[in-house]
Amino acid sequence: MSTVEATSASAEFARRKQSPLQRLQHQLHGKPWLSPLFLLLVAFLAFFIATPTFLTPSSMGILLQQTAIVAALAVGQTLVILTAGIDLSVGAIMVLSMMVMATLARDDGMPGVLALLIGVALATGAGLLNGLLVTRINLPPFIVTLGTLSIFTAIALLYSGGSSIQAARLPDTLNFLGKGFGIGQFRITWGIVVVILLYAVIGFVLSQTAWGRYVYAVGDDAESARLSGVPSMRILLGVYTVAGLIYGIAAWILIGRAGAATPNAAPDANLASITAVVIGGTSLFGGRGRLIGTLIGALIVQTFAFGLSQLGVDQQWRYLATGALVIVAVAIDQWIRKVKA
Amino acid sequence: MNTTRELEVAHGGVPSGKEDVYSQEPVLSARDIVITFGRVVGLDGVDLDLYPGEVLAVIGDNGAGKSTLIKCLTGAYVPDSGDIRLNGEPVSFRKPQDARDAGIETVYQQLAVIPALDIASNLYLGREDRRKGPLGSVLRMLDKKGMEQRAGESVQNLGIQTIQNMGQAVETLSGGQRQAVAVARAAAFGSKVIVLDEPTAALGVKESGMVLDMVKQLRDKGLSVILISHNMPQVWDVADRIHIQRLGGRAGVITPETHDMGEGVAIMTGATKLSQDAP
Repeated sequence: MSTVEATSASAEFARRKQSPLQRLQHQLHGKPWLSPLFLLLVAFLAFFIATPTFLTPSSMGILLQQTAIVAALAVGQTLVILTAGIDLSVGAIMVLSMMVMATLARDDGMPGVLALLIGVALATGAGLLNGLLVTRINLPPFIVTLGTLSIFTAIALLYSGGSSIQAARLPDTLNFLGKGFGIGQFRITWGIVVVILLYAVIGFVLSQTAWGRYVYAVGDDAESARLSGVPSMRILLGVYTVAGLIYGIAAWILIGRAGAATPNAAPDANLASITAVVIGGTSLFGGRGRLIGTLIGALIVQTFAFGLSQLGVDQQWRYLATGALVIVAVAIDQWIRKVKA
Repeated sequence: MNTTRELEVAHGGVPSGKEDVYSQEPVLSARDIVITFGRVVGLDGVDLDLYPGEVLAVIGDNGAGKSTLIKCLTGAYVPDSGDIRLNGEPVSFRKPQDARDAGIETVYQQLAVIPALDIASNLYLGREDRRKGPLGSVLRMLDKKGMEQRAGESVQNLGIQTIQNMGQAVETLSGGQRQAVAVARAAAFGSKVIVLDEPTAALGVKESGMVLDMVKQLRDKGLSVILISHNMPQVWDVADRIHIQRLGGRAGVITPETHDMGEGVAIMTGATKLSQDAP
């Protein structure tokens, strides 16, 4: 009897009218990247109207190249934030890895491939260290990565002696990702190709494999995940390690993009990567978000920077806009999380 | 009728019509379980028997050792001494996964469901099915469609009709529906025993009724259920037998037919002593 009653009640419940706002909330709950995508399209349209040179193939190529580094770092940052953590050491790991690669291979002191592998392995190890501190010693990710941010930055400066290494002194392997090919005026570097591959691979892993599902589960409720048989600690350790690997790959892209290995490169990489993830609709509280949103988020930040510079507007407006976007993005996330069936 | 009454006396109150069940070997039996936490004795030599296709309620005051006993049976705690047998075979669970692998599923008081994941993902969390062929073995792709379909069947089998869309996030469900998902998961994978720790504690009257209906269905499917509860009317409604914990030991085992709620509570609080147990 009671089940029959419940069925009709639930059917009635399902049929009830939802306000347009509730429907929007529902849509965003399922697809949190919709609002950043909308914002990106609006920004494109606005800049296109304001300055005709914005939407040309050559401009778009430059926009992508400028986005590549932050977009790559933000892949690792997304993994960490999905587990309800935060990684403040992204930029430091990338720079340390880059300086080690470049110093080892300078004037062919070591074959480029070997130096590259050592640099990426070092970044992976740095991520593993973050993971061990978070899982074994049970420290909050914020504190762990705040500490390793300083430690890795210091090591990078000590190791490199604080001086830059120009591309001319580096083997082709390390400079390779700055090279590319053109489709007409639209120039694509191999670095951009690598970034797209990163998104494809990690996006696949997150959405199609058990490991990806566990990342969300651990981020949403680590204790419930453990009770359900998810190896929470192993997943967390894996996330920080894979993130380190990704920062190592970002270091390779950065050498190509910057045309040099500089110990004080990318000073705002940490906050830029977090900004991209948050604007992309991933929840800072963990368990919610899509990697594609992060790519859109990184593009939004760069679109503002690039568009405003094309307009000749003071760059401070970019920071003002980015700051406002972050606050709006988190506010939208809070609202979405209150969704009801 | 006469023979039944005689048997009831002989066995100290076996649920009528189920006499043959209690002559079988227990699915799960525990003997002389002792666990201590430092100088505190958690369980002081507890026995428990769970027969095929029955609902065994475990009641007791706070601190009587209900949860501790259940945690020893499901691998969450490792007892200091004692003997646990599953279908007559001695078992030793070092962690919850061991008990789960042996066919004992637990629905925890703090719902072990992930709000952000959908129903199908929650049902299969920790034991996902992969696709057939290289897509599954090489690319490790999940068989999302298959799992969703089988999740739907599991939920249907329990007669839960308020949940239709397996792709719905659990956080959009009501408390009772979430509990239903947790029970459905246990039912889908628990081959022998399902343990429910206070499954209705946080639910309203109607939702509690839904969960209790599910408990009865599990029993009717031949599974054995251990139900921990504080709610006496619910216990007397669904239980076949009632194991009463008191001060870290077993005060007795009664049935809803031989004893009423007042008597049960009296034994639980120590006001009366039980001279003869149900089997």
